[in-house]
Amino acid sequence: MRDETITGETVPVPESGYNFAYLDEGAKRMIRRAILKAVAVPGYQVPFASREMPMPYGWGTGGIQVTASILKPEDTLKVIDQGSDDTTNAVSIRRFFAKTAGVATTEKTEEANIIQTRHRIPEKPLSEDQIIVLQVPIPEPLRWLEPREVETRRMHALSDYGVMHVKLYEDISRHGRITTNYDYPVMVNGRHIMAPSPTPKFDNPKMGNMPALQLFGAGREKRIYAIPPHTEVKSLDFEDHPFSIQAWDEPCALCGAEEVFMDEVILDDQGGSMFVCSDSDFCQRRRDAGHKGPAVEGDDT
Amino acid sequence: MSELLRVENLTKSYGRQRGCTDVSFELWPGEVLAIVGESGSGKTTLLNCCAGRLAPTGGSVVYETRHKGLIDIHGMSEPERRFLMRTDWAFVHQNPRDGLRMNVSAGANVGERLMAVGARNYGNIRNAALDWLSRTEVDPDRIDDLPTTFSGGMQQRLQIARNLVSGPRLVFMDEPTGGLDVSVQARLLDMLRDLVDRLGLSAVVVTHDLAVARMLSTRLMVMQQGRVVETGLTDRVLDDPQHAYTQLLVSSVLQP
Repeated sequence: MRDETITGETVPVPESGYNFAYLDEGAKRMIRRAILKAVAVPGYQVPFASREMPMPYGWGTGGIQVTASILKPEDTLKVIDQGSDDTTNAVSIRRFFAKTAGVATTEKTEEANIIQTRHRIPEKPLSEDQIIVLQVPIPEPLRWLEPREVETRRMHALSDYGVMHVKLYEDISRHGRITTNYDYPVMVNGRHIMAPSPTPKFDNPKMGNMPALQLFGAGREKRIYAIPPHTEVKSLDFEDHPFSIQAWDEPCALCGAEEVFMDEVILDDQGGSMFVCSDSDFCQRRRDAGHKGPAVEGDDT
Repeated sequence: MSELLRVENLTKSYGRQRGCTDVSFELWPGEVLAIVGESGSGKTTLLNCCAGRLAPTGGSVVYETRHKGLIDIHGMSEPERRFLMRTDWAFVHQNPRDGLRMNVSAGANVGERLMAVGARNYGNIRNAALDWLSRTEVDPDRIDDLPTTFSGGMQQRLQIARNLVSGPRLVFMDEPTGGLDVSVQARLLDMLRDLVDRLGLSAVVVTHDLAVARMLSTRLMVMQQGRVVETGLTDRVLDDPQHAYTQLLVSSVLQP
């Protein structure tokens, strides 16, 4: 399953005919300026001139442009999609940068200094010398309540955020609890409300006071925003319905880990399924270290 | 005691088109002022300018705020004006669809103003919503239903609940009974009169229906072609109209 040639053992030679990391230097400079502005105003969506990338919108064009702009030849890149290193999107984006930039790639969280991700923040805590880049489909947290862009911008400018709680109220009145499980709105640095992209709310607490820089890129919507290291990020909630993260009843079937984000894997058409870590690197490393989950207990092969 | 709202020489023009010209009036606490006139006479333009929803071309609108005294609302910063509009003021649209969020439940509609000014306790917000629904005669069982499933009269009452929940002192109403059938109109007017009375609200009501003006208002302003042609106590103006246009207006009402 694992593509050994691109996982860091060999450093590929970049393909000729492309500028380093595909984008031209002018575009990268423009994106870097947007990133600097985004870092200076945490949570604020900075418009930028999103470029056409050699893949469709929705496949991570925003994240790729951000990664391309911050990439240096000596960097090591990790790409994950749904927490996994070996899904189609992760493999093709990793291959894209191996080809166009010739940078080293890895699956090991701590070896990478740039991590591009679609949903998850790795289970292993990130450090100050790492940058995590998130791909964002819909950057505007107020869009559900206010379809007009002019009006949402004004609401951000005036910090006029009362309507955000209307959405949470609606959840509780319909389902008895806040059912927003991903893209759960957060208040960044006590000023801007931000959509954490399709990240599950399980990862929201990790965003607060994270030592690593978090960059968010939305290619189709042409917005970049950021959470600088060690910035306060608070998930919105009610006093009597406080924010809580998902929990699973059983440990990971493969590595036995608890209190991690899990995927349900369908095993047969009889309704059988098992829960495994969504972070494939985390799970593999635990299994390598000898941890066993219920599905492989006593199985020595 | 000072006036709650003072409008001086208010003029609004849309290019060469005149919306309203040189309008001045004062509104005192607890007073209900009705503005009547034919279609296109500038009633709604005047109301929008007074309510801070439209910037006037000339003149001023001064409001007696709770803490800072008299302030020109068009000279305020936008955040201040927005805060005022959703706490101290209320605006009831003619079409409830303009004043409601149609894609969230009745409870969320009523609770929105509370949440906007910082209420963060779900239980309290819901109780306030239930209370206001029953005060505006909407069945509290319908709290989790979408306004799209409500009848026109219920939507209008929901809009009123949503506006009054923050305990405003001044209510602007633009044809609050327009588009409703007469029996629903009567009930709505009854309810409005009762609420205005009990809460001691001040209100500016725009209407083309003289009966509404008679029932709700203490004072009446008659507009024609953007200008105020007659003003006075409602009963006086309707029983003894002085201006030719007012006389025409009063005599045009059909008697069943």
